[in-house]
Amino acid sequence: MADSLIAEGLEKYFNPETTAEVKAIEGTHAASYAAKLARVKVVSAYPITPQTTIVEKLSEMCASGEMEAEFIKVESEHSAMACVIGAESTGTRSFTATSSQGLALMHEELHWATGARLPVVMANVNRALGAPWNIWADQTDSLAQRDTGWIQCYAESNQEVLDMIIQAYRLAEIVMLPVMVNMDAFFLSHTTEPVALPKQELVDQFLPEYNPKYKMDINDPHAFGGLAKPDTYMELRYNIQKSMEDAHRLIPEVADEFEKVIGRNHGGLIEEYQTKDAEYLIVTSGTITGTSRIVVDQLRAQGLKLGLLKIRFFRPFPVKEVQSVLGKIKKIAVIDRNLSFGRCGIFFSELQAALYNCECRPLLNGYVAGLGGRDVTPKTIEKIVNHLIASEKGEDLIWMELNI
Amino acid sequence: MICECFHFMGAQNVEVNMIEIRMHGRGGQGAVVACKILASALYKEGKFAQSFPSFGVERRGAPVMAFTRIDNKPIHLRTEIYEPDHLIILDATLLQSVNVTTGLKPGGKILINSALPAAQFQLPDSFIVKTIDASQIAVIHGLGTRATPIVNTAILGAFSKFTGIVGLNAIESAILEYVPVKAEANVKATHEAYQMLKAENPADLVV
Repeated sequence: MADSLIAEGLEKYFNPETTAEVKAIEGTHAASYAAKLARVKVVSAYPITPQTTIVEKLSEMCASGEMEAEFIKVESEHSAMACVIGAESTGTRSFTATSSQGLALMHEELHWATGARLPVVMANVNRALGAPWNIWADQTDSLAQRDTGWIQCYAESNQEVLDMIIQAYRLAEIVMLPVMVNMDAFFLSHTTEPVALPKQELVDQFLPEYNPKYKMDINDPHAFGGLAKPDTYMELRYNIQKSMEDAHRLIPEVADEFEKVIGRNHGGLIEEYQTKDAEYLIVTSGTITGTSRIVVDQLRAQGLKLGLLKIRFFRPFPVKEVQSVLGKIKKIAVIDRNLSFGRCGIFFSELQAALYNCECRPLLNGYVAGLGGRDVTPKTIEKIVNHLIASEKGEDLIWMELNI
Repeated sequence: MICECFHFMGAQNVEVNMIEIRMHGRGGQGAVVACKILASALYKEGKFAQSFPSFGVERRGAPVMAFTRIDNKPIHLRTEIYEPDHLIILDATLLQSVNVTTGLKPGGKILINSALPAAQFQLPDSFIVKTIDASQIAVIHGLGTRATPIVNTAILGAFSKFTGIVGLNAIESAILEYVPVKAEANVKATHEAYQMLKAENPADLVV
């Protein structure tokens, strides 16, 4: 066994120059360590399965002094978000985390964080909503927050969770909009795998100290949270939209800068895998992406020109990016671990809308799979691909592996 | 209509060099922590590992499962394990209530925490079965109580000897990193179980 920082044989996967330590940790702890590395000064959160271990680790690190931050205990997620809104109003970098019903309870405050232009960063563990109670993976919780003005990112691995939370602060503090980093319940939150924790000094270099132009300061009083009448409200909404558009441009730039300093790049708003000569394409987000990579490799080995498009950001939605990739493809399968009742999978409907103004419109099928944590296996994805190949006309909603 | 034009050779484990381990235990025995220790130990030996619990709401005493995947490259597959290469059984009474060998590959190794000889369990000949009295070892080292011993670290020592997949030193270093209390006692239990299985498991010799 090697005593060096990076285990022998794994040097090509973990950069010894930028890594302080490689630890086998859960996705939730990757989020906690990311908040610590981002030097947040205030943490406020209310525990909910499967997010609880994020909060446990943070409270432990705040109590031991390992983290120089104040942990504010609250009685609900609504108050947790209110606390970080308060802290951010004073120009203090803050963090919270939640899941499912907890995120739903925050809803009102999510709008406030955006409108008040506060760069809050939150980790959300994608979990199904009740009733009936279900604690397993499902993206409908965060996708239901679509119109709150939060930037939304979906991670595929624990490393991506850690890296994206650090990048989220950089992005949020430039565009002055809040960012939600999402991870699938259990498939990431409770899965232990090696994660490289970057050196603190490099994170500091990438993420400078937060010092906003406007903040609540008792020595320099200003009015906050005032009334905006019809003559100004619309312009303020326009500004938020413009900042979202700035975020669209900045996401790949922030990723490139992160790569320069830390040495890893997970992509911009999308990631393409084997799309170059692809005739068929799977579109995924979250952990279904990893399993789909294996299916793409396997079926390519059998001669099928199959590719994969991973959607990393849902807001801002990568309209021009998907147009440029999907326009070249014959048939596309969108896999959604979420559902908008009365319509179809949510990523599907966004993609379909994005393609309407495209000259070339490929066949598009929407598959709903894995709701409430049901396993999406290589077999499931294989079935989807075979169904796609046989399809002659696009279908918005195809249920996978229903037991009825 | 779903046609079957494209097929995998294997059903779930589509990665050739990947090793998949399924651990069966009861809530409170430490199956989940054992798999975390295993993942950390494997990393220290230069391998990628992914470990996770069966995604349930486990109560103390209820049957639980935990999984570990091992490969020499990053692991992208994110599903439960249906066709494991090896099994670890933390509580032999589970063999009466759960079909633990479901999906186990032929030639798979089964390690059972029991004072009884392996043959007693009458498992199919296509599997290699060994037993280790991890409960006894845990009790000797003050891990848990006599009624509910925490057997996870002892079983890992025996697993190391049985399969050679992971080394004892790496397990020891992972325990020191991940086990907050009684780390030394846990390390001793691991070593003892390793040595016991090395001595050809006296329980086996009875048969």
